[in-house]
Amino acid sequence: MVATLEINQVSKTFKNENESVHVLDHLNLTVNNGEFVTIIGPSGCGKSTLLKLIAGLDSDFDGTIMAGNLKVSAPSKDRGFIFQEHRLFPWLNVEKNIAGNLPLKKPDIRKRVDDLISLVKLKGFEKAYPRQLSGGMSQRVAIARALLRNPEVLLLDEPFGALDAFTRTHLQEALLEIWERNKTTMVLVTHDIDESIFLSRKVVVMDAKPGRIKAIVPIDLPYPRTRTSKAFQEFRSVILTQLEHHPAEVEDWSI
Amino acid sequence: MSTQTVAQNKHLVIRETTKQSKLAKSALRGSVLPVVVLIAWQALGSVGILPAQLFSSPLLIVMTFIDLVQSGEMGMHLQISLTRAFLGFALGGFLGLLFGVIVGMQKKSEEYLNPSIQMLRTVPLLAITPLFIMWFGFGELSKVLLIALGAFFPLYLQTFLGLRNVDKKLYDVALILEFSRREQITKLMIPAALPNILLGIRLALSAAWMCLVVAELLGADRGVGFMIQDARSFMQTDVVFVGIIIFALAGKISDSLVRLLENHLLKWQDSFKA
Repeated sequence: MVATLEINQVSKTFKNENESVHVLDHLNLTVNNGEFVTIIGPSGCGKSTLLKLIAGLDSDFDGTIMAGNLKVSAPSKDRGFIFQEHRLFPWLNVEKNIAGNLPLKKPDIRKRVDDLISLVKLKGFEKAYPRQLSGGMSQRVAIARALLRNPEVLLLDEPFGALDAFTRTHLQEALLEIWERNKTTMVLVTHDIDESIFLSRKVVVMDAKPGRIKAIVPIDLPYPRTRTSKAFQEFRSVILTQLEHHPAEVEDWSI
Repeated sequence: MSTQTVAQNKHLVIRETTKQSKLAKSALRGSVLPVVVLIAWQALGSVGILPAQLFSSPLLIVMTFIDLVQSGEMGMHLQISLTRAFLGFALGGFLGLLFGVIVGMQKKSEEYLNPSIQMLRTVPLLAITPLFIMWFGFGELSKVLLIALGAFFPLYLQTFLGLRNVDKKLYDVALILEFSRREQITKLMIPAALPNILLGIRLALSAAWMCLVVAELLGADRGVGFMIQDARSFMQTDVVFVGIIIFALAGKISDSLVRLLENHLLKWQDSFKA
């Protein structure tokens, strides 16, 4: 399999005047083409930071990140990014938000925008402004916006964290559907164990202070997965054990 | 589906009519006070309690207004005033916008220009007026430049502020979508700064009117301000009132036009319930 992302000995330190925080420590990770990987870990483990480095939003780090054959040094539409908040342009309606800087007047772009609107099930809302949309709908617009650029990989930073449980489940299913149809490589950061098992083929468990990869748990369950199944529960306890064996995290919880 | 749409439309129609009647009601309530004041004014004037020399009665003011319009005098004064205001506003507004964009976009130009501009801003315009008259004479130039100076600062400040407040989070999105530098300006910075820019235009307009009055009161041979000044020296209180009303109307109309523009351009905003 072709590696879409190669993260090699990546370290990142945040410095301010009087202290420096070591967030990522010599991290190595390979994401294969078409794979669905989730990264899970306690808050402060650097999982979101790692995603920003992959995106190229922050180029101040040690080590190398390769996307395909190219070294990541700046953001690119080949690596789509879904933030926790939808980050739509409030002055553009749904279809113009999806098109962004691409001309909607061009027939091929018009067609692909329309296709994506039906893919994310927003038909009838083309002309609505972000303020008129619910959180779940806005996040679907953001996903469509990223997909229009045909990214090699979609990076998702706790994309459903701010949504209610029903919407979250619904969007997780929608994301899987998109993944199965488009075969886009997905890297999703989450703190929700169920979400990671439900979605991904590979769960990367991270450790905090400094951020390292503690374990990589392959999830070899067929899709669609049922959260109540016995196998699902077993994976949950495997990951939970990995997460709990962290002294610093136990301290955090006891406060 | 279709019955649902019909139901929705019906709902909309109902909402539309209640909205209209609400608007009419609030307009009615708003006009109570001015109407009462006018009636009282007229009554007190007719009885002779208010000195006619200082408070021309509303009816007389209306008659004078009609006379001035019919004689063509009003049209001539208004035209010259509007031309001054427009030229000054256009010049000052354009420069304010331009410098606001330059300083808002580039940190370096902010360091070079902003301190000086901020310092000039604190100088009261009235203090500069004598200097302007000495430099540029009593002609049109000094008036237009004074108005331009008044219009410059609000638009400069608001444009600068609007550009600086562009959400960093949306900037990240623009980077990921690979917006070119030009697209970053036209598709991110300007739309994001638009609420501030429009507010700047409104403030610049009212500053322009104020400077126009100052310029015309200080020295002019035509214009609405001159008309007021001239009438004062002949104790024609009614003409003074007409002049004041003209300025008030011009200010209100220009402000309403910008508000209309705001309602149209900012319909995406949460706070705008047009």
